[in-house]
Amino acid sequence: MSQVMTGARMVVEALRDQGVDTVFGYPGGAVLPIYDEIFQQNDIRHILVRHEQGAVHMAEGYARSTGKPGVVLVTSGPGATNAVTGLTDALMDSIPVVVLSGQVPTFMIGTDGFQEADTVGITRPCTKHNWLVKDTDKLAATIHRAFQVATGGRPGPVLIDIPKDVQFATGTYQGPQAAAPDPRVRPVPDPAMIERLVDLIARAERPVLYTGGGVINSGPEASRLLRAFADASGFPVTSTLMGLGAYPASGKNWIGMLGMHGLYEANMAMHGCDLMIALGARFDDRITGRVADFSPGSVKAHVDIDRSSVNKVIRVDVPIIGDVGEVLAEVLRLWTERGRPVNREGLAAWWQQIEGWRAKDCLSFRNSTTIIKPQHALQRLEALTRGMDRYVTTEVGQHQMWAAQFLGFDEPNRWMTSGGLGTMGYGLPASVGVQVAHPESLVINVAGDASWLMNMQEMGTAVQFRAPVKQFILNNERLGMVRQWQQLLHGERYSQSWSESLPDFVKLAEAFGCAGRQVKDPADLDDAIREMIEYDGPFILDVLVERHENCFPMIPSGKPHNEMLFGDSEAAEDIGTAIKSDGAVLV
Amino acid sequence: MTLTIEKGASSHSAYDLRDPHSQIEERHTLALLVENEPGTLARVIGLFSGRGYNIDSLTVAEVDHTGHRSRITLVTRGTPAVIEQIKAQLGRIVPVHEVHDLTVEGPAVERELGLFKVAGKGDRRVEALRIAEIFRAKVVDSTLESFVFEITGSPEKIDAFAELVRPLGLLEMARTGVAALPRGV
Repeated sequence: MSQVMTGARMVVEALRDQGVDTVFGYPGGAVLPIYDEIFQQNDIRHILVRHEQGAVHMAEGYARSTGKPGVVLVTSGPGATNAVTGLTDALMDSIPVVVLSGQVPTFMIGTDGFQEADTVGITRPCTKHNWLVKDTDKLAATIHRAFQVATGGRPGPVLIDIPKDVQFATGTYQGPQAAAPDPRVRPVPDPAMIERLVDLIARAERPVLYTGGGVINSGPEASRLLRAFADASGFPVTSTLMGLGAYPASGKNWIGMLGMHGLYEANMAMHGCDLMIALGARFDDRITGRVADFSPGSVKAHVDIDRSSVNKVIRVDVPIIGDVGEVLAEVLRLWTERGRPVNREGLAAWWQQIEGWRAKDCLSFRNSTTIIKPQHALQRLEALTRGMDRYVTTEVGQHQMWAAQFLGFDEPNRWMTSGGLGTMGYGLPASVGVQVAHPESLVINVAGDASWLMNMQEMGTAVQFRAPVKQFILNNERLGMVRQWQQLLHGERYSQSWSESLPDFVKLAEAFGCAGRQVKDPADLDDAIREMIEYDGPFILDVLVERHENCFPMIPSGKPHNEMLFGDSEAAEDIGTAIKSDGAVLV
Repeated sequence: MTLTIEKGASSHSAYDLRDPHSQIEERHTLALLVENEPGTLARVIGLFSGRGYNIDSLTVAEVDHTGHRSRITLVTRGTPAVIEQIKAQLGRIVPVHEVHDLTVEGPAVERELGLFKVAGKGDRRVEALRIAEIFRAKVVDSTLESFVFEITGSPEKIDAFAELVRPLGLLEMARTGVAALPRGV
């Protein structure tokens, strides 16, 4: 099995042995030998990006929509530093990404050579692990190990820095079989804790399942088990931004997304529950609001594969360290063995309470016949694409929250958004990565005008590789979320939160060699959306929306779940005073 | 509350603390067995600076050449919740193989080595030598006007020695930080 070859050939060989079919990258001096090998083979497709940040976001989109690790190839120095935002994004959202970077030859390291950067030093805090390979004989094993680390346990990004002389030198290739087995033992869930959780499930009067991205990362089986458990128990299910689709939005137990811009009924259920079962979610500050008042009366169980996520923000009573899918299978088995007991009367009353909160219709907004409301645009997008083989990515801001509120996902891996890092400029490249992995599917990037501009160069990638991504831009000529916060918190002084000199997006589309359309009359919206969907190729739909619409409901910074703001008039006067000084320091 | 779990019910779990809500800072000595490879120490230190944890002292050296293992002894300070988080975060670092909290895993010996340069003449010189004898410090360098003392012991003993020789002409000192092993087998 072992063969002698150059380091550059080894890279391609190792990627092929890892089942990689696509690499997102950008060539440069320090990776030319690897690009030469890529030229001489046909198994691995290379997608030429326009900026290395775009490459990593594409790899993230590819990874999240397929469950397989995304692979990136960049050159030394600026190639690697441009990848840093993407690496940090993948680390925060637990996305498996393998970045290969070129480096100046080993004998030049430390001399401040041309395009030299301390890449492993710079990327250390934004990778799960990284390596500088100085010996060609160790290159293949390092790449195989990198895939293990990226995908094992809680997934994340890794980087391998490969000096140019290591790419030219010859060494012995070793296949993945020869690599040492992962020395990190998979955590085995504590049976006593699972038993305690099953006891609690039987007795709980007001339970809630709080699911996160970990359910999706665990694989399709975890989503299946979640559905089986929720449907059999009748427990309501809410989810973080990252976990949307694990439980179907059309499911009877779905109570919507929770958190800062989550649904009233979901947040009230979290606040008032007596049993919270957190599955692969990490109690992020967007979720908890004021920690001291977070779900004060509940017993909390937390299932997570990462021990450091447990008791980090919120102390829990039943910690279960393990893979969500494995734990759910075990919980279901034990609970079924005991005859699937639940507190029927308690649950019936609990659902009645939830229906009362739901009746508030927290997403309601005042629609218009003269101007397109962003919420209405998303309602129409949902109505016209629901049921299609659809993937959605987003940028970051108001449009992202509206997309999470108004679009429904019935399957996992269909929704890609930058949750933890909140990276503006994520959505367009991510949509390209998704489309490359699913060439026949409808891939829509719901964007704001400001975010979209941050990585708009990747339209060139979409056109070159015939990725028919649909760019659905909710254009308010504002940095909408910044503007909203300035209204709430800074006396309506709108410092630098509007964009003058926006490009003409239709002409921009033409300049890139694709098609575009602008729509501003609500009466034309459906037609415009249909045109976007039906167009055979990348398409930019510039939707001019109400400029000063705020995203509601909202838990103001420093407030607990049961103190939400709404979009109706009763709350309007509160808006200026909604955030108190202690909340103002929070983001 | 029908669902309340009694406190301490899961005392055998590694995730439960003695008093999780305590705000009192504790000093803990951690022993890490790590892969002896470039960047491991940087990852450990970066974790502490990046997440705002304290390092009181840190020592590191290879302990198993063939197995590529180094041992890091790290003294840190924090509330019980922070200490638990530090251990969990250290455990996530790929080349960290084992994390031991010597402060809670049973009695441990802790030793530190210090070198002290004390300059002086006459009575001060005699007094410095007398104090060194009491502390069982060794003279490892001597001129007519100075000594270098070598002292081994707990950090507290070295602190005490430093306090006593400071007025006697302490010029500079070097301390290794704590190395520690659990007692017994």
